[in-house]
Amino acid sequence: MAKTLVQEFTKGLWEEIPPFRLVLGLCPVLAVTKSVANGIGMGVAATFVLLCSNVLVSALRSIIPVKVRVPCFIIIIATFVVVVELVMQAVAYPLFLQLGIFIPLIVVNCVILGRAEAFAFKNRLTYAAADGLGIGLGFTLSLGAVGAIREILGNGTVSIPFSDQVISVFGPSFQPFTFMVEAPGAFVCLGLMLGLMDLVGKKG
Amino acid sequence: MGDYILLAISAILVNNILLIQYLGNCPFLGTSKKMETATGMAMAVVFVLAMAGIVTWILEMVFLKPLGLEYIRTIVFILVIASLVQFVELFLKKSIPALYAGLGIFLPLITTNCAVMGVCLINVKEEYNFLEMLVSSLAYSAGFGLALILFAGLRERINVGRVTARKRTGVALIDRRMRDRVTIGRVPGPLQDVAIALVTAGFMSLAFLGFKGMI
Repeated sequence: MAKTLVQEFTKGLWEEIPPFRLVLGLCPVLAVTKSVANGIGMGVAATFVLLCSNVLVSALRSIIPVKVRVPCFIIIIATFVVVVELVMQAVAYPLFLQLGIFIPLIVVNCVILGRAEAFAFKNRLTYAAADGLGIGLGFTLSLGAVGAIREILGNGTVSIPFSDQVISVFGPSFQPFTFMVEAPGAFVCLGLMLGLMDLVGKKG
Repeated sequence: MGDYILLAISAILVNNILLIQYLGNCPFLGTSKKMETATGMAMAVVFVLAMAGIVTWILEMVFLKPLGLEYIRTIVFILVIASLVQFVELFLKKSIPALYAGLGIFLPLITTNCAVMGVCLINVKEEYNFLEMLVSSLAYSAGFGLALILFAGLRERINVGRVTARKRTGVALIDRRMRDRVTIGRVPGPLQDVAIALVTAGFMSLAFLGFKGMI
């Protein structure tokens, strides 16, 4: 590999940031970004699964037969998803209820399966870990950003991740732009952000 | 009877799986560029979802729930869906080649389609009985097909708009079938493809949100 460990880590934060550059795993981006806290919570859960599955896939890459690799990846990912589910029920139960069905659905998130197939299965353990952490952090940042835009415009507030605090941005006289926190707002917001990222990326 | 009709309407329109519940968006964007792929995907989802719904529901009721193993539900369901898809693929290839020709390439994609897994989880979480589960699986997949095919119709026109825009700048890239269609307008460069598709989906979702008043 020509790239260094640091480069593998940082590419996930800008060059290949999901879901803007790697257009994968859109469902959680649309569904859980009604608030910053939900978005970040989902991102952290996905990052944990991505990091662990990348490390394990990379560690076992000489043992896993190429022909049945996808079912093996799915079992590895599903195992860590169950770990996340159980840990969240114990530690962050309100968040677990908020995210609901989308926690078990991390198992079918194409970003995670995509990284296992495209990167972890071909690279050394340290690189796979750096890649998983970078892409996961990028995913968390994106979810937080979409969540922030939707929550500020749609509700006039910012919720702090991993606490019950909510900060009001515009004060009590603000008329919320409810469209943004409803389903259509998610699609439009993500579409416009994709366009914006494309514009910035081309110039830079 | 009335309950089942209400359940079906709510699953198809009011809680449309693609546009309101946001499940299965990867194939939604991936296969909606052309009408043919959209119809193929929609049919494959109806087929697999009905079977996956039945199998996962039986597994939950017979094994997971009585044995108190609900916490490994995620692993069991994904394995069942993945192997079911493989099985359906092999079965169709051997016995109904005509159907396989239509659905074949979409079947492997369904394993990672969160709509299938999502509906199986909804069926179990809502504690539906067998008939309710069947209605809900079929209605959610019908809603998936409806939204996907409607969306493909819109998106074909938007892509035509892009082709004519290129023609204006000197690159002729238009085929005869597309020339006869109405063009909608020029899509700005950075918004082309996925970005404009998402914005379009947003406005379709707004239309579906209007069904909220129905029940």
